[in-house]
Amino acid sequence: MSTAPAQAPSRVRSWLSRDMAERLALPVVWIATIVVFGFLRPDTFLTTDNMFVNILGTQAVQVMLALALIVPLVAGEYDISVAANLSLSAMIVALLNVDHGVSIWIAILAALAAGAVIGIVNGGLIVLLGIDSFIVTLGTSTFIAGVVLWISDSRTVGGISGDLVNNVIINKLLGIPLGFWYALVFSAILLYVLEFTALGRRLLFVGRGRSVARLSGLHVGRLRWGAMVASGLLAAAAGVIYAGTTGSADPTSGLNFLLPAFSAAFLGATTIQPGRFNPFGAVVAVYFLATGITGLQQLGVDTFIQQLFYGGALVLAVALSQLARKRNAIQFTPGE
Amino acid sequence: MPPALSLRGVSKHFGGVRALADADLSVLPGEVHGLLGENGSGKSTLIKILAGFHEPDSGELEFSGRPVPLPLPPGRFRELGIGFVHQDLALVPSLTVVENLRAGLIARSSHLRPLSWGREARRAREVFARYGVRLDPTAVVGELRPVDRALLAIVRAVEEVRAEHEGPGILVLDEPTVFLPRTEVEHLFALVREIAATGGSVLFVSHDLDEIREITDRVTVLRDGHVAGTAVTSQTGEAALVEMIIGRRLEQFSGAHRDHTGEAPAVTVTGLTGPGVRDVELRVAAGEVLGLTGLAGSGFEAVPYLLAGAWPAESGTLTLEGTEHDLTRMTPPAALAARMALIPGDRQRDGAVGGLSVTDNLTLPQLPRFREGGRLRRGRMHDHTGALMETFDVRPPNPRSDYGAFSGGNQQKALLAKWLDTGPRLLLFHEPTQGVDVGARQQIFATIRAAAEAGASMVCASSDHEQLAQICDRVLVFGRGRVISELRGDDVVKDRITEQCYAGAEARTASA
Repeated sequence: MSTAPAQAPSRVRSWLSRDMAERLALPVVWIATIVVFGFLRPDTFLTTDNMFVNILGTQAVQVMLALALIVPLVAGEYDISVAANLSLSAMIVALLNVDHGVSIWIAILAALAAGAVIGIVNGGLIVLLGIDSFIVTLGTSTFIAGVVLWISDSRTVGGISGDLVNNVIINKLLGIPLGFWYALVFSAILLYVLEFTALGRRLLFVGRGRSVARLSGLHVGRLRWGAMVASGLLAAAAGVIYAGTTGSADPTSGLNFLLPAFSAAFLGATTIQPGRFNPFGAVVAVYFLATGITGLQQLGVDTFIQQLFYGGALVLAVALSQLARKRNAIQFTPGE
Repeated sequence: MPPALSLRGVSKHFGGVRALADADLSVLPGEVHGLLGENGSGKSTLIKILAGFHEPDSGELEFSGRPVPLPLPPGRFRELGIGFVHQDLALVPSLTVVENLRAGLIARSSHLRPLSWGREARRAREVFARYGVRLDPTAVVGELRPVDRALLAIVRAVEEVRAEHEGPGILVLDEPTVFLPRTEVEHLFALVREIAATGGSVLFVSHDLDEIREITDRVTVLRDGHVAGTAVTSQTGEAALVEMIIGRRLEQFSGAHRDHTGEAPAVTVTGLTGPGVRDVELRVAAGEVLGLTGLAGSGFEAVPYLLAGAWPAESGTLTLEGTEHDLTRMTPPAALAARMALIPGDRQRDGAVGGLSVTDNLTLPQLPRFREGGRLRRGRMHDHTGALMETFDVRPPNPRSDYGAFSGGNQQKALLAKWLDTGPRLLLFHEPTQGVDVGARQQIFATIRAAAEAGASMVCASSDHEQLAQICDRVLVFGRGRVISELRGDDVVKDRITEQCYAGAEARTASA
């Protein structure tokens, strides 16, 4: 039996080669950004209040929403409704807890249940009726946003229980608000599911080669539906953390998280595990984008920089992954 | 009268491969002329030269006695009076009959030219009446019967030719009947006769000898790029035509085909009906390799997909290892649980995912095997895949590398490994050696035979008759969705199989 050692790179070597540079490019750029802004604005940028609370703490919501997008993206589906879902979830927590005096924990469970229902409805429309997920969730997103305005009478509801606020943004571990650690824990769980369980492998095949997945005996419909439900739950969890971060809920601001979440998911797919939507890639991407924006704002650049940054990052990230795919496509042409 | 179309001494090479050598073809005015030949005989090259798609290396072309320089510029054919109707008909299903009929006119007129759809519909009715075709101009094409769609495409082609060119023109019909039920082919023939009666010439390309014999006045047969002969259809028997197509008298060859006739079948399929096939019965013994074949459109290639639940069946039952399965409810997961495996023909789309590792691809149907305490043991998955790659000689045997980076032959061997590893009792193949190099092809044959000897039943759908002759114990030939003949023992040789594909009609009448 022939062996071809020269053509069989070990895992160690592949980590040390060009791969390594590709995997770590974004984290390195992120650190460089911190260093540059720290040098330019040492007394405001590098303070713990800015770095730990402002950036790491408040952006936990953004990380959670990017995770909510990653699950359906891995399975080859879009979920545009995550931001509206987040708004609804935060509003349910606020309304039940503040207006109706319901215990904060019950309010959180209700918000998560609503997120699950949204996922079930989205998944049902996509799988049972065979409608494109982009269109379905574009529709449900607007519908949910309307529901949020309706149930809140278009007002901001403040005064959410300290039990939630303290446990998200006030209390800290290693100086960083707990919300950040929740987001990291969720990222780790998602990484484990995607990489080390049969479910994760199956979702990957459903997204990459639906026909292959189907003919290999996978229940493709159930997996797609399940991905939408997971997305709904994660988006609702992001809403709970948002309510905890601000101590209130308003009917519209949650929608602003949508585009950054897409930017982070796609930009994240160029790092850590390049070519795949991956949770820690998204984490790095969220914090890289937030660091850049915060730094530029402290240098006195107007707030419009936020839109330029997030919009530009989304297009750039998709362009990069397109290039990577083309490179793969060249390898893919059969040998004969 | 000079021929409407005359091609002389046309040759064409692709790289080092000769597609056409010194081919002649002449079509008389008002004649229906058949063009016959096996796949790869040069038929489509010849047609593409007429369409201006290929440049011939040499050759002369005349229209009604007037020489026209070759190569033709693409799209020039319309001015010269040739219209083409290909198998796919090139209709837009979501638009109406009249919109499709006038598509050519619309494409060539200015963007702002006003169109009166009322007038166009009236004109369409007149056109259809002239050809004796009953079509509603306002109907949506997607809702028409297949035969009406074909009629529309043909009328459109003739009308476009006659609008651009003085004279009756030449119509090339490239296998127009493949997707039509036998009973409706008559409507199409009536239209073809109508066109010929008005002085038009028709070049009729088909695999179906029945149809050729029914509709054509003369035939030209191509074989390996040469013209094997031109004959007057009414004076040529079916056997003579078959011999012209395959080029040899049938040879007797004794291969290693084992006869499983007396054995109890391990797999029984009854009443299988679905897209492309009607009421098919199959019996396969343990260790038997059964081949399915036929001409394009005969439906044989649907069988593996229907059995494996990849396509929905309308009716049918499958009995495997004593368990009866309703094929209308068969799904790929159920097929896997019933110990069936399908190795699909389209490797890129259905077989495995490029960009993911060989391990990921090969372990997909059996992930629970590698689970321990809820967690996948990646190391064990790689080890297992590496061992499989050694066994099936997939080179280089590195389970972590990208599946897409392997050659076609190695990809196919890896797919065999993926499915044989699930321990199937019934293996279904569709074109198992498509896009595979010669060496790997022999290895794949050996693997299939070895798996059969280990007791699995095999069903292999393929239009590669040489391959069927090499691996099959028995071959079923399909025609119009049904089994029309069965070859076993010494009859399982390439030429016999090819002959049966063409001579299907004879066997059908004989068995009836």
